[in-house]
Amino acid sequence: MATATTQPVERENYLNKEYGVGSWLLTTDHKRIALLYLISITFFFFIGGFFALLIRLELLTPASDLVQADTYNKLFTMHGQVMVFFFLIPSIPAVLGNFLVPMMIGAKDLAFPRINLLSWYIYIVAGILILHCMLTGGVDTGWTFYTPFSTAFSNTKVIEAGLAIFVSGFSSILTGLNFVVTIHRMRAPGMTWSRLPLFIWAHYATSIIQILGTPVIAITLVLVVAERALHLGIFDPKLGGDPLLFQHLFWFYSHPAVYIMILPSMGVVTEIIACFSRKRIFGYSFVAFSSIAIAVFGFLVWAHHMFVAGISVYAAVIFSILSYAVAVPSAVKVFNWTATLYKGSIHYDAPMLYAFGFLGLFTMGGLTGLFLAALGVNVHVHDTYFVIAHFHYIMVGGAVMGYLGGMHFWWPKISGKLYPEGWARLAALIVFIGFNLTFFPQFVLGYLGMPRRYADYSHMPEFQVLNVLSTAGATVLGVGYLLPMLYFLWSMRYGKPAPDNPWNAAGLEWKSTSPPPTFNFEEEPVVTWEAYNYDELDAPNKQEVPIVG
Amino acid sequence: MSDHSKSSPLKSYFSVWIALLVGTFLTYEIAKVDLGVFNSAVALIIATTKALLVALFFMHLKGASERLLKLVVICTIFFLFILLALSMADYGTRLWS
Amino acid sequence: MSDSSVAVHGETNDPALRHHFATEEQQRNASSLGMWIFLGTEVMFFGGLFCAYLIYRHSYFGDFGAASKSIDAALGGTNTAVLICSSLTVVLAIWAAQTAQRTLMIAMLILTMLFGLAFLGIKGKEYKDKFVEHHVPGASFSFEHEEIPGHPDQFANPQHAEIFFALYFIMTGLHALHMIVGLGIFTWLLIMAWKGRFTPHYHTPLEIGGLYWHFVDIVWIYLFPLLYLIDRHP
Repeated sequence: MATATTQPVERENYLNKEYGVGSWLLTTDHKRIALLYLISITFFFFIGGFFALLIRLELLTPASDLVQADTYNKLFTMHGQVMVFFFLIPSIPAVLGNFLVPMMIGAKDLAFPRINLLSWYIYIVAGILILHCMLTGGVDTGWTFYTPFSTAFSNTKVIEAGLAIFVSGFSSILTGLNFVVTIHRMRAPGMTWSRLPLFIWAHYATSIIQILGTPVIAITLVLVVAERALHLGIFDPKLGGDPLLFQHLFWFYSHPAVYIMILPSMGVVTEIIACFSRKRIFGYSFVAFSSIAIAVFGFLVWAHHMFVAGISVYAAVIFSILSYAVAVPSAVKVFNWTATLYKGSIHYDAPMLYAFGFLGLFTMGGLTGLFLAALGVNVHVHDTYFVIAHFHYIMVGGAVMGYLGGMHFWWPKISGKLYPEGWARLAALIVFIGFNLTFFPQFVLGYLGMPRRYADYSHMPEFQVLNVLSTAGATVLGVGYLLPMLYFLWSMRYGKPAPDNPWNAAGLEWKSTSPPPTFNFEEEPVVTWEAYNYDELDAPNKQEVPIVG
Repeated sequence: MSDHSKSSPLKSYFSVWIALLVGTFLTYEIAKVDLGVFNSAVALIIATTKALLVALFFMHLKGASERLLKLVVICTIFFLFILLALSMADYGTRLWS
Repeated sequence: MSDSSVAVHGETNDPALRHHFATEEQQRNASSLGMWIFLGTEVMFFGGLFCAYLIYRHSYFGDFGAASKSIDAALGGTNTAVLICSSLTVVLAIWAAQTAQRTLMIAMLILTMLFGLAFLGIKGKEYKDKFVEHHVPGASFSFEHEEIPGHPDQFANPQHAEIFFALYFIMTGLHALHMIVGLGIFTWLLIMAWKGRFTPHYHTPLEIGGLYWHFVDIVWIYLFPLLYLIDRHP
């Protein structure tokens, strides 16, 4: 295929095929829908980030002097809700998954293109609801909505927030459903299960969780809304109800939800590590099946969020053991990535820098999860900053790093332009430094006893130093996040046109043009090679991966 | 779905229909008999049998060309079972100590 | 938008074949798998309610038994039979489509919807009865001096009974909502059938709609014994 040079006339592709707002808002092209999602989730990322900024500003000083405690409660609640439900859960599947799943399997679109568009509109409706909720007073229950505070005592807009998240769940379910049917039914000839990119396996596993778990939080929110509106007693101890029932139902989804957030990122990292080591992934089957194992095991561990809530100690022991078991497939992946790197021909392009960051930070986050799974330790660090550090290491150090790495890796394919490599490497470094400066002190803070969700820690003023470090780190992290926004936008207008395969990467998506045509391929591909055939890609001309940018 | 004779699917449809009605009647009557703890078990067994009949014959799961659909059903039931069983692991053992 | 003028795989110009599918069989298999997965999500959706119900029934068995006794099992059983008959008419409608019997297909679709309406009507009667007896959770709820079955000297705890009724209304209400959606789906199917869109070759929407209807039937098959028949022995 001819690589695109500075041609005066652009080939027809999915971006220039039709112009006009209507052609975007009524599109059924999975690639355009991916971009619609990209804009929406980036918007919510900034909203969630804004709340984080306010939280960190408040915590610069021990006293609750920037905001009052009631407002602070709203800040961390809305930070959590927006980041979890409106950024992290959609992020990679709705943007990179939507764009790449059909291309990677050689299909022309997802199985249900109109349902794909519907899922974006559902997300937008949910987004409008949550924005309205935030602008008219917000909610202060914590993103976890624990009862009976949320159902009987809170004076904030619990019902509206609950409804917003209920609606957003259907967007997630429909995306997952679409992916599963597509992967089963629409693979190109020759694309057997064992030739699928591991990105696809990761999204398949993610979709299973979305399909099976999300309905449970949906019904839980229905119960919360009903209880609050009708003054029922399902979760209220004063009326014979059990608050722990809410927690069981809530965490049955919300724990697997964290695997919705991390599995796609693992898929991205797998693709990047293979490409920038110029090697087939070590232990393909292990990585594929560990994705499925994470999805399955992830449903067995939810009550480790409730060890000190009042569950029976026998149940706690069972869930503790299962929580140790769920770490195994994740560890399997880390070993496989490391073994892939070993004796690979490593290239330090920006996507790879993000992948390296992911490896270290995800490992730390995952290991600290094991600390939390130990019952004795949990008693000490539950509801402290240790937990906050743990999950931010995985969600930000893991999921967001993977998302950024993937955006850089596939940006030439998506936009047809190259981003500036120098700036990208700098941004990756800033993100890494900023992240560690923000969240490592929080491990220490938590271990030393600083509780989470407190606006005022003036009874423990010795914690201020670490909090100041954390806030400083957050500022650096913010700069690191801002840079890609700026240079991606810049590249759309001024970036060099991208060749079809700037990384000389394996994968069907790279065999199409950058950007691809509306129906993805000029001719339906027929696959006769194994996945990650880097030995074939590199062998004939032994050419180095071009350093782009 | 093409069958060799017109009557074969009809026969199975009507047989399943009768079985379902009989099962309903049985459930109702057995509930009036004191079987102690087994009342719930029997009711659920009959209900599950009825559900299986609907799924296998009315929803054509039995003749499905691939095992994939059956896998979807089994996975769903498995995870529902996990929700129920592990929740009961808490509630059932709270009074043990 | 689906704008391909030429089917790349060029096999048929069947208007029902959408452009991103290679064959009708692929499209039909995709639709079927999609509906089954959706039904899986519905099982988990109702499953959360069954979980809550199971836990409270375990904890408050006597109180739940007393509450359950006060709802009409004969009406519930009749409704179960009504839904079973409606499932039969659904499969007969599909069979009629497969054998090109348009009149029978339409008659069966109408009959299915009539059964659905009958179900909702009986449900409405039950709800009205509960309202009259002050068993609807809320300010006017009252459940005093109701004996626990098997323990004639003990009265049920009204708070626990109220939880039973809260779950009863939410579970049967959600089920009824699904019935109403089902009626909407079947209205649309009836219109399509009337317009002659279904042939032995293509009647996938009927099959997909039928799957949904059968699922709603299966949920009720479980709701009936669990809610109505906790402890009915004299």
